Amino acid sequence: MTTLSYTLTDSATMLRRNLKHAVRYPVLTLMVAGIPVVLLLLFVFVFGGTLGAGLGGVSGGRAEYADFLTPGILVLAIASAAQGTAISVAMDMNEGIIARFRTMSIARASVLTGHVVGAVVQTLIGLAFVVVVALLIGFRPDANVVEWLAATGLLVLVSFALSWLSVAMGLAAKSVEGASNLPMPLILLPFFGSGFVPTETMPAGLRWFAEYQPFTPIIDTLRGLLTGTAIGSSAALAVGWCVALALVGYLWARSSYDRRPAR
Amino acid sequence: MSMSSPPAISITGLQKAFGDHVVLDGLDLTVAEGTVFALLGPNGSGKTTTVDILSTLISADAGTVRVGGADVSREPDAVRAAIAVTGQFTAVDNLLTGVENLRLMADLHHLGRREGQRRAADLLERFDLVEAATTTPATYSGGMRRKLDLAMGLMGDPQIVFLDEPTTGLDPRSRRAVWDVVRGLVADGVTVLLTTQYLEEADQLADRIGVLNGGRLVAEGTAEELKRLVPGGHVRLQFDGADALDRAARALGVETTDPAALDLEVPNDGSVQALKALFARLDEAAVEVSGLTVHTPDLDDVFLALTGRPTTDEKVPAP
Repeated sequence: MTTLSYTLTDSATMLRRNLKHAVRYPVLTLMVAGIPVVLLLLFVFVFGGTLGAGLGGVSGGRAEYADFLTPGILVLAIASAAQGTAISVAMDMNEGIIARFRTMSIARASVLTGHVVGAVVQTLIGLAFVVVVALLIGFRPDANVVEWLAATGLLVLVSFALSWLSVAMGLAAKSVEGASNLPMPLILLPFFGSGFVPTETMPAGLRWFAEYQPFTPIIDTLRGLLTGTAIGSSAALAVGWCVALALVGYLWARSSYDRRPAR
Repeated sequence: MSMSSPPAISITGLQKAFGDHVVLDGLDLTVAEGTVFALLGPNGSGKTTTVDILSTLISADAGTVRVGGADVSREPDAVRAAIAVTGQFTAVDNLLTGVENLRLMADLHHLGRREGQRRAADLLERFDLVEAATTTPATYSGGMRRKLDLAMGLMGDPQIVFLDEPTTGLDPRSRRAVWDVVRGLVADGVTVLLTTQYLEEADQLADRIGVLNGGRLVAEGTAEELKRLVPGGHVRLQFDGADALDRAARALGVETTDPAALDLEVPNDGSVQALKALFARLDEAAVEVSGLTVHTPDLDDVFLALTGRPTTDEKVPAP
């Protein structure tokens, strides 16, 4: 077998291990999927009437806000899953078995790719759950099949990028507590972007930040694909940000993994 | 052990420091293929650091380290393919069952489904873990966890096995089980390097013992050779009568401590040469000896004499 096929085989082995972990230790997965649903219900039913009226659409109100909010909540769900990934990576790194893996002749990156692909799979399951709840409470997307596929592709890409970043954070953290704190900015970023309210409604400095941070073009693209709002240059920016974040996360994760002390 | 086969492990001038703290300070060590070498030393003497460097977990600051003929810094993957490591802290996956842990190793060694199953079943049988195979290690005793840990290492059929304090924290029964595993490995031609702070363990298992202190070997040899290095060894001679006892005491120039017991305690390191010299002097004086026992110091004495401090316990007062 070639080096590449060994890398793929070993990564698949590690993926199976991580999926078994997710099934046997489901608390983290459930908690991570639960947070975005709670926020979705909170914002639609508690704040949705007022916020929806502020959007200035024809119908106004709660239903319109559900359409505006859902793409932001989906991205928030990915960020919240990233926190779970960082925690589970940090927990895993404290296990003696990682030291064993490092003394074995296996593809170096396979432990990390196993975590990343496992995290993407878990995130997609969580996202499907969020979409179902959103549809139940009045989210009415007008996307066609191609737009749904494009939206799914973007969600996978965002999840892939944030998973690499969160694996790196889990590796870099000195403790499990540290690993749960490092990704907090990721969870806050959708709030300081176009996730919950239009950026035009923000004060100047915050608005400037909101328009240039990575989550805004991602959310805008997703919203455009699902509900038909304007996308413009956001799509290219979104993909660019994802590739850049994935690359940074990958390089950071690799160097943290190689530099980790023996145990 | 043939002289022509290259050593399984060779270390020359190994240095490692963590910040200002020098852990290994010019360690030299050679382990012949198919033998058991015990690295004996107190906590903080550099045992674990040596194993970490040998097993490619951390890099050396200076020196040459070859394992299975490969250089650990230049060809780490060749080293990893030849070794198995069981550390001080068990390296099992706590969310997978015993058999799943073994199958994980089989997959990572690319053994194929059938071969993986065969070896897993074989090792579970050999390590008396068949009944525990379908439960997770959370329910295991310390000894069972250590055995699963060892079994996982052996799934890849290693040529060289590193055991870092393999019996620390185990009860005497589990300790004997681990010892049996080590003896089984040697019977299969595997080279074993183990670290321990238990002198009995080194004595029981090792062909050769290296005493590690202050980051270098202060002594190396078989258990018997090491014991002869220190003073305190003596020979006890028994005699049939008081007459023989007196003549022997005069010939050897020692005092009789207890004339009624009809025996003499003579300082002697127990080596063949020293014993020959002793008998030569007794023959000259024409003394019949009815019995002889050789008392060599145990490894505790060796350790104290070589390092100036006791092996493990700081509570023991320094001499």
